[in-house]
Order: sequence, then structure tokens, then C-alpha cells
Amino acid sequence: MAEASQKIPVTVLTGYLGAGKTTLLNRILSENHGKKYAVIVNEFGEIGIDNDLIIGADEEVFEMNNGCVCCTVRGDLVRIMDGLMKRKGKFDAIIVETTGLADPAPVAQTFFVDEDVQKNARLDAVVTVADAKWLSDRLKDAPEAKNQIAFADVIVLNKTDLVSKPELAEVEARIRGINPYAKLHRTERCQVGLTDVLERGAFDLDRILEIEPDFLEAGDDHDHDHDHHHHGHDHDHHHHDHGHGLKHYHDEDMQSLSLRSDKPLDPTKFMPWLQQLVATEGQKILRSKGILAFTGDDDRYVFQGVHMMLEGDHQRQWKDGEKRESRVVFIGRDLPEQAIRDGFEQCITS
Amino acid sequence: MIDNFDAPDGPSIVSITDRVKLTPLGSGVGSVHFLGDRAFFVGAEETIAIVTADGEITRTETHFGAILCAASDGKRIVTGGDDGKLIAIDAKGETSTIATDAKRRWIDNVALHGDGTVAWSAGKTAFVRNPKGEEKTFEVPSTVGGLAFAPKGLRLAIAHYGGVTLWFPNMAANPEFLEWAGSHLAVMFSPDNKFLVTAMHEPAMHGWRLADNRHMRMSGYPGRVRSMSWSAGGKGLATSGADSVIVWPFTSKDGPMGKEPAMLAPMPARVAVVACHPKNDIMAVGYSDGTVLMVRLEDGAEILVRRTGGAPVSGLAWNAKGTLLAFGSEDGDAGILEM
Repeated sequence: MAEASQKIPVTVLTGYLGAGKTTLLNRILSENHGKKYAVIVNEFGEIGIDNDLIIGADEEVFEMNNGCVCCTVRGDLVRIMDGLMKRKGKFDAIIVETTGLADPAPVAQTFFVDEDVQKNARLDAVVTVADAKWLSDRLKDAPEAKNQIAFADVIVLNKTDLVSKPELAEVEARIRGINPYAKLHRTERCQVGLTDVLERGAFDLDRILEIEPDFLEAGDDHDHDHDHHHHGHDHDHHHHDHGHGLKHYHDEDMQSLSLRSDKPLDPTKFMPWLQQLVATEGQKILRSKGILAFTGDDDRYVFQGVHMMLEGDHQRQWKDGEKRESRVVFIGRDLPEQAIRDGFEQCITS
Repeated sequence: MIDNFDAPDGPSIVSITDRVKLTPLGSGVGSVHFLGDRAFFVGAEETIAIVTADGEITRTETHFGAILCAASDGKRIVTGGDDGKLIAIDAKGETSTIATDAKRRWIDNVALHGDGTVAWSAGKTAFVRNPKGEEKTFEVPSTVGGLAFAPKGLRLAIAHYGGVTLWFPNMAANPEFLEWAGSHLAVMFSPDNKFLVTAMHEPAMHGWRLADNRHMRMSGYPGRVRSMSWSAGGKGLATSGADSVIVWPFTSKDGPMGKEPAMLAPMPARVAVVACHPKNDIMAVGYSDGTVLMVRLEDGAEILVRRTGGAPVSGLAWNAKGTLLAFGSEDGDAGILEM
């Protein structure tokens, strides 16, 4: 089996209709980066660049026959990947553009469940292009738009020149209410550095270094962690003013849930709990990630998942002086928050 | 002809590796087909290498890009490419373009009928063209996974998501639909026209008895079944996908229903390709670790044709008389063996 580094990276490009996916794609292809991309698109003719390796897809979502109801894959992608592997060496990376109404999960799951696809390619990141002017509206009326934000590793908030500063703050707060972990880039006409959207390694277990909300890394030292359990839930969409100018929205049905423990976890309790959780609630859980400190284990354990699919491994030794803290994050729809928190607590070694 | 098989549980395996004429091709092999006594190695990209029993190689350019599928009726080979072309190559090595997709879509599958009719697919559309050049198309609900002509009559099986559509291109009657949940890829009729089998996207096969459409589930594979081959006379169906060859019995009217398959030639590697001998009850088996064996169906006795090493075997074929065996691998190693 090929090493991770030899596997061809695949970037999934999503975004609601009109957000600017094609603009970003054209930018990627026209940039002088010396790389060749195989691009899987839904509509031929929108790409303004001549490229041998633009492939039309049918976006066929198939249910796997493994009894797992939410386990869907893109059947057409399996076929296209088969064909592309015959031209291995002719391109450096693959970009899959989805339609504006697509759920990114079946694309991502294709790279987890298909043995042959997995052997040759690795999911790099889900990049979502969002329209700064219209996203707030779409989050209200289009569940697809919300899915795409929740699923993203990178969000390109485009058309920022069309909104005022307060409007921009508003839409960012709405994004953060759903997904505080994605890298967010504000752009006009998708002017974003290619290194910010490509080769992110967002699904690479070795690169799950920290799980922190994106704006903490941006130098903001407030704790914006959405520890909802500190206050009562009143899901009526008003914002809490925490006294520092940043609006906090709680999305009505899509949330992120962050768990943390300074005490080590019992692996004989945690692993069965996690597996049971994704087996029963996997339809609601879009993404999950964790860095874990287990009792009597000097190695960090990392995992990540998409719906019911999980992969995990020991990553490296805890460093001297490094805080052995476990962090787990779930992003999902109508998450049973209290049950998840209680279940996690049960896994902490007393 | 071959009588020096090793006892199946013997301490060492009979080797005929020194009798193989090695013909390294330099680029990956997609499949192998014999036209007469020359082996045609269809590459993963662009070229077909024609190899004689003496190991002499000539090359023919075909597609501009990847060759996605190939089929042969013993008189010609037809290939489909990601350049949207369907190209035929005859025994002399001469090529001709049969069709070019109007939208330059990938030609994903191809099948040949004994009367010279050719079928191919691009996306959800299946095409059939008879020797007079008359073309007909049929659209299925999802991308075509595989195509096969029935051994009798002009009837095309089109595998897709959710089952197989049986289409009679020359009849007005509605196509028949054989339903089974899941994504169906390769499809094959049994030589006696009584059964239809598919290799699925999940590691399983499915089958139908055509008389009453009774289902046959053939599962338990650790990996996807990518290669299937009927033994001489259609007595068994040899399949890849496990670390031994799984041979399903088709001798009774019920096919493999309620029966266990034979598991032959176990190795510490996945079976990648199987090719049954056209006349005798033996098969050639190529593994993911590069090994090639000849295996007797009756008792699983083995002969070593190519030692372990290198890339997975990706092509295996016998000539029609069964006197020549050719193999090729994903990294372009190839060989030809005269019995």
C-alpha cells in the first residue's frame, strides 16, 4: 500500500449556488504553480482553462449495502478514480467540485470506504466557498448551505466587498456558530493563497495537532469555546453579547460540541463509547476529531471521523512538559449534548 | 500436455518459470488478449504491445490518454478510452476508430457479440452498433458499470446501480430489469445462457437464474471482485478478490445456490486476475504480489509460472487453442509461455 505521502491529495470544493466555486477553481488552474490538477466537475464548459484532465461527473450518490443507512458514497467518483489511476504520474492532485446543493459527506466517505480509492488517494480537505452577502439568508432557508459550512475544513468567505463591516461580522458569527474550527479566509473574487486551500492535510491523522477554534489561533485570547452547558439553552437565535464585540450565534440545529479532560481517559471505556456513539448518532454527527490521553499510555492517540466512519491511531509520544489533555470535537445536527457529555465523563479515569 | 502438477500438499511446488519468455514492456498492462498466436497487451495508456510466442514485440498507438476498457472476440480487440474514442485493432495490428463520443465522454465499458455487433457505454448511456453500422442507444438510471452480450440472441446485459437491465436492441419489447440493491460493476452470462452474474462494488458477487430470476448471493470476499472467468464448459466460475481463487460451482440447475465454493491456490497475497484454460480444467492465476500460478481445478494442484515479486499481475490470457499463456503486470513486466 502506498504511503500517505505518495497518495494523491484530493480537495473537495463545495459551496452554495453562486458563491464563487468556479471562480476559485479557475484561479487555482490559472495560477502559475507548476502543478497539474485533475478536476472533476459537474458542468462542462464553466471552466475557462484548457485542461486535458477535466472530467464530467454525474454526482450519483449510492447507498452502500453494508446495512449502515447513512453510509453513502459517490459511485461515479469510484469509477472516475479507477480511470484516473491509469494516468497516474500525469497529475499531482485532484479537485472534486460538487454541485451547489450537494452534501459533502458522500464525497468524503468515498475516500474512506472504497478500498481501491483509498489505496491511491487521500482526502486533503473540504473547502467551502461562501457568499458573504447571501450566506446568512441561505443558512436560514437552505439546509445544504449549512451542511457545507459544518463540514468544511476551510471556508472561503467570498464577495466581502459587497457587504459592510457589521454585515461581515454578522455572517462570520453565524459561520462560527456552526463551525468554529474551520480556517476562515475573507476574500474578494476568491483571492486566496493557494496554500490556504490546497495541501491542507485536514484528514491526515499526523496533522491533527491541535483542535482549537480558528479564531483563537488568530490571536484572540478570549475563550470562545462554546461550552453551552454553562448557561441555559434558549435556541431563539438572538445573539449573546459577551462584552467584547464578537457576536455569538447558536445555530438552531447545527452545533459544534467540544469536550475536554485534564485527567486521562480509560481506553477500554472510551473506544466502545465512541463507536457506540457514532453507530447510533452517526447520522447527526457530520465530523468528529479528537486528541486523546489514555491511562498508562505515553502516546497521543488521534482520531477523526465522518458520520459513522472513524479512523484513529497512535500519533506520537507526549512530549516532556506537554499538557496531557484530551480534546474531542463533534460538529453535527441536533446533537444530544447532555448525553454526549455524560458519556464522555464516564470514560474519564477516576 | 501439462501433467507435471505438484501434489497439492507437497513440500515444494513444480516450477516452469525457466520456460517463460519474459517480455518486459516498460509500461503498465491493463489487460491481455490473444488474436491468433500473438498476445496483445493493452496498456493502461495509449499503446498496445503485440508479442509473439518468441518474445518479439511490436507496438501500436491507439488512444490519446488512458485506455479504460477492452474486449476481444478472438478476431479483434475493441478498446474504449478517456479520449472518448472506441478503437478496434485487428489481428494484423491495424487500428480503426469505430466511434467518437460527441461530448468526448469517457468510454467506460465495451462488449463484443459473436456476429460483429459492438456495445459500449459512456456515463448512463449504452450504445449498440451492428455490423451494418446501425446504432441504437439505451439510457439506464445510473452510470453503466458493465456490459455483456448473452451467448444466444442479441441481448445485452447492462449493469448499473440497483441491478441489471437486459435489453434486446432489435426488439420493441420493454427491457427486463433484474433488481438487487447495491452498485453492480462487471457482468457476465454463463456460457449456457442460464445464469447472469455481477461483481459488485462491495466485496461480493450477485447472480440470477434467468429462468425464474432467482437470486444467488455470493459473498464473503475480503476485497472487490475484479476478475471472473468461466472454466471450460462453464462448470465453475473462478473469481479474484480473496487470498485464494474462489470457484463457484455451476454444474447443477441451481448453480451455486446452497453450495460452498472451492477455495484453491491460497497465497499470502490477494488474487488479482484469473483466466481459465479454454479446454482443460486448469486456470492461470495472477496475484497482487506478482506471482503467477497454474492451478488444476479438480484438486488445486499448482505449478509456478512466475515467481513472487514486483507489481500486481493485471493481465492474463490463453490463446484459443490453449497452447499459449500470456501475463502482464501493473509495472509492465510481461511474459509468454508455450505449453
